[in-house]
Amino acid sequence: MWHGFPLRPDQISTIAQGVDHLYYFLTAVDLFFTAGIFLTIFYFAIRYRRRSEDEQPPRIEGNLALEITWSVVPALLCGVMFVWGSSLYIRNSRPPEAATEIFVIGKQWMWHLQHPEGPREINELHVPVGRPIKLTMTSEDVIHDFFVPAFRVKKDVVPGRYSTIWFQATKTGRYRFFCAQYCGTFHSHMTGWVEVMTPEEYEHWLSGGVKTESMAAAGAALYQQFGCVTCHGTGKGPPFTNLYGNPVKLDNGQTVVADDAYLRESILDPSAKIVAGYSPIMPTFRGQISEEQILQIIAYIKSLSTAEGKK
Amino acid sequence: MATAALEPQVEFRTHYLNHAYGIKSWLLTTDHKRIALLYLASVTFFFFVGGAAAVLMRLNLLEPTGSLLEPATYNKLFSMHGIVMIFFFLAPAVPAVLGNFLIPLMIGARDVAFPRLNLLSWYIFMLGGAILMYAVIAGGVDTGWTFYTPLSTSYATGNVVAAAMGVFVSGFSSILTGLNFIVTIHKMRAPGLTWFRLPLFIWSMYATSCIFILAMPVIAITMVLLALERLFHVGIFDPSLGGDPILFQHLFWFFGHPEVYVLILPSMGVISELVPCFSKKRIFGYSFVAFSSVAIAAISFLVWGHHMFVSGQSVYAGLVFSALSFAVAIPSAIKVFNWTATMYKGSVSYSAPMLYAIGFIGLFTMGGLTGLFLASLATDVHLHDTYFVIAHFHYIMVGGAVMGYLGGIHFWWPKMTGRLYPDGWARFAAGVIFVGFNLTFFPQYVLGYLGMPRRYPVYPPEFQVLNVMSTAGASILGIGYLIPLVYLIWSMRYGPPAGQNPWGAKGLEWEKALSPPPPENFEETPVVTEEAYNYG
Ligand code: HEC
Ligand code: HEM
Ligand SMILES: [Cu+2]
Ligand SMILES: [Cu+2]
Repeated sequence: MWHGFPLRPDQISTIAQGVDHLYYFLTAVDLFFTAGIFLTIFYFAIRYRRRSEDEQPPRIEGNLALEITWSVVPALLCGVMFVWGSSLYIRNSRPPEAATEIFVIGKQWMWHLQHPEGPREINELHVPVGRPIKLTMTSEDVIHDFFVPAFRVKKDVVPGRYSTIWFQATKTGRYRFFCAQYCGTFHSHMTGWVEVMTPEEYEHWLSGGVKTESMAAAGAALYQQFGCVTCHGTGKGPPFTNLYGNPVKLDNGQTVVADDAYLRESILDPSAKIVAGYSPIMPTFRGQISEEQILQIIAYIKSLSTAEGKK
Repeated sequence: MATAALEPQVEFRTHYLNHAYGIKSWLLTTDHKRIALLYLASVTFFFFVGGAAAVLMRLNLLEPTGSLLEPATYNKLFSMHGIVMIFFFLAPAVPAVLGNFLIPLMIGARDVAFPRLNLLSWYIFMLGGAILMYAVIAGGVDTGWTFYTPLSTSYATGNVVAAAMGVFVSGFSSILTGLNFIVTIHKMRAPGLTWFRLPLFIWSMYATSCIFILAMPVIAITMVLLALERLFHVGIFDPSLGGDPILFQHLFWFFGHPEVYVLILPSMGVISELVPCFSKKRIFGYSFVAFSSVAIAAISFLVWGHHMFVSGQSVYAGLVFSALSFAVAIPSAIKVFNWTATMYKGSVSYSAPMLYAIGFIGLFTMGGLTGLFLASLATDVHLHDTYFVIAHFHYIMVGGAVMGYLGGIHFWWPKMTGRLYPDGWARFAAGVIFVGFNLTFFPQYVLGYLGMPRRYPVYPPEFQVLNVMSTAGASILGIGYLIPLVYLIWSMRYGPPAGQNPWGAKGLEWEKALSPPPPENFEETPVVTEEAYNYG
């Protein structure tokens, strides 16, 4: 039953220590004030206990200097906490450019994880140590939440949109992840393990096992299968070459950047944004295409972009 | 103290309890004091219903495999526990029981402004409760008290609409009560009772009433939208119907955060009465305590986004909500410091109500300070939706608000019933509750930091020790809550007569009204010539 008695979760990511330092600071402030209040109350309770029924305590209305002190000092401390917590948060929420992308799909009640190179996993996530990893996540049904305590990262996985987190593991090993957003009957079964491996082991793992095609290759097959090619390969629809990451002119004069969210929307809700120069003939694929397939098509579209094509 | 065998001699006099008898005289009463007792019975019932669910949950968590209950059952239990405790116990507890009983007595009025509306509020409340109990008995709800979409609208299988309607209906009861209190406080104060002579309990009830009438309509609308989507598939929140699930969270928490202050402000008001009385001193910094209630009520409408730091809200929104959440900590801190300072150079005695008050101050301080971990963005990412949050809000709501409520019940019990309860038992119970509470909820802070998510009937084995501690504490806590139930009921019949003012307290309800008060409260309209807490 004891399984050790940890007082701190594993610290396995580059951001974990920073978060913990803030946590210790907050704990210290918390202890200081709790102890301060408790001790003061105990002291007053004993020192000023009622000794006789007709005791007449002095009349004290209050004290402006004290009121100001005990408003300003907590306010300053709160200011420190705010700045500290926010700067860490801003830093932690920006994934490095070079991060390896892995895709996460939550559905009642399991996690699908897909590596661009092809391997798919359920409730297991293999990652290399020492390399930044970015997770792009969405849900097939309700809101879930991907939470890795050892990395101090957590983010809701919301249907209808992509959310991202990133981390860089600092030590190999197996660490738990959880679904942290209540998602129905088997919410507490929606857990799994992050397996942090050395880069060599990871390469080996990626190439080993069942041979699977890469996400982009799977996407290329879907491009044919769903008949996207009948328009997008013929000029009836805009071509996908060098589309990803570049600005797109819309018929209402606005420009949007073709990122994951835009591509997803174009497939599920084509009439929401119409590309300038084309007529709105594209049918919606909502209900026919799964979140996983959308990610594969996006990977395919991405693979058609070259560094030279970047505008 | 009189012994139980000695039937105490109460001189016969008509008061609100004996001037009429029979079921009808209660169910059709418009006397605010009787309505308060109707609420007292109702919320006590709901408290033990919600408490029974908590006991089952804690027993299930003794083992990591959660072998006692099916996950679906556990989910229904925490949903029912949350909905009952928030909407049907804690929100009405202090305002509808103590507020109803005390507001007219404290301001020297015969009754509230709209006595019939007051009775209607109780009926609406009971109707809402009946709808909820129907939802629970006819299969239960499994959405949590937060009803997050699209789970609640498109996936959950329970009686979501019925539960939502229970909440919807009961909201109107709170709105009407709030309205009634605001008008009463504005219009019916006794001659001479200016705003700055009001007891601080009145200030906090005023702030609470404002929140009631501003926040409750929002949850009512939200529940209707939820029902529309669930019943008729109108696309509002479910992305597969073209809706936005995050919109629901904005609406819910725009109500939800002010709501949590509705739960704590009234108890803060109670503490502001108890501490001066048992220190025999005027409250320290009256106007700071008064205005901090108003500040808390105002800021509470601006911090809802702190429940959504990891739900996909933009970084900038996160920053703004984090800053505002820290801001709400300041007025709360001011109150704690002023209560503590009130004891300075006082003449402090330790009857049961004061023990509850001291328990409140300590536990509320811990609950409030751990809120800072959740207001701070980087730490909230890790702690959100873990047991840390459960511990935090139970420290506020149970350690704080329920302690304050029990303190208030013990303080005004002699006024309400004309009887004294056994003080020794009451002090013993306060101690048991304090110890049981900390043993139940302190380990949950550690659990949350270690990463145990909330709403988990099954959990990793490394979390077991702390869960066993928590369940052990919960058993002690449960006993602690049963003891007052027993001696308070006992005292109604066998308690020695209390006399008009057993605590030597200041305030119209003690100095000018008999215990129990006559139906019309005061023989003649009192005239106020001094400020509140004029001890010494
Ligand atoms: C009937 C013809 C047709 C089919 C079939 C079709 N599209 Fe389109 N698609 C269009 C047209 C026309 C546009 C440009 C107008 C608009 O934005 O709706 C477009 C726009 C898009 C865009 C936005 C491109 C940009 O340059 O901004 C994406 C992405 C896209 N389609 C993906 C797909 C995918 C994936 C499929 C197959 C699953 C598909 N389309 C099938 C006609 C089609
Ligand atoms: C007396 C006032 C109380 C109030 C207002 C209250 C309120 C709440 C709320 C709002 C929740 C969240 C429900 C949800 O997640 O949907 C909750 C959860 C819970 N409460 Fe209470 N509670 C109270 C007392 C207690 C007591 C006395 C205990 C223990 C003995 C307890 C144990 C729990 C447990 C185990 C959970 C479930 C945690 C989870 O799995 O998420 N509560 N409570
Ligand atoms: Cu879940
Ligand atoms: Cu809040």
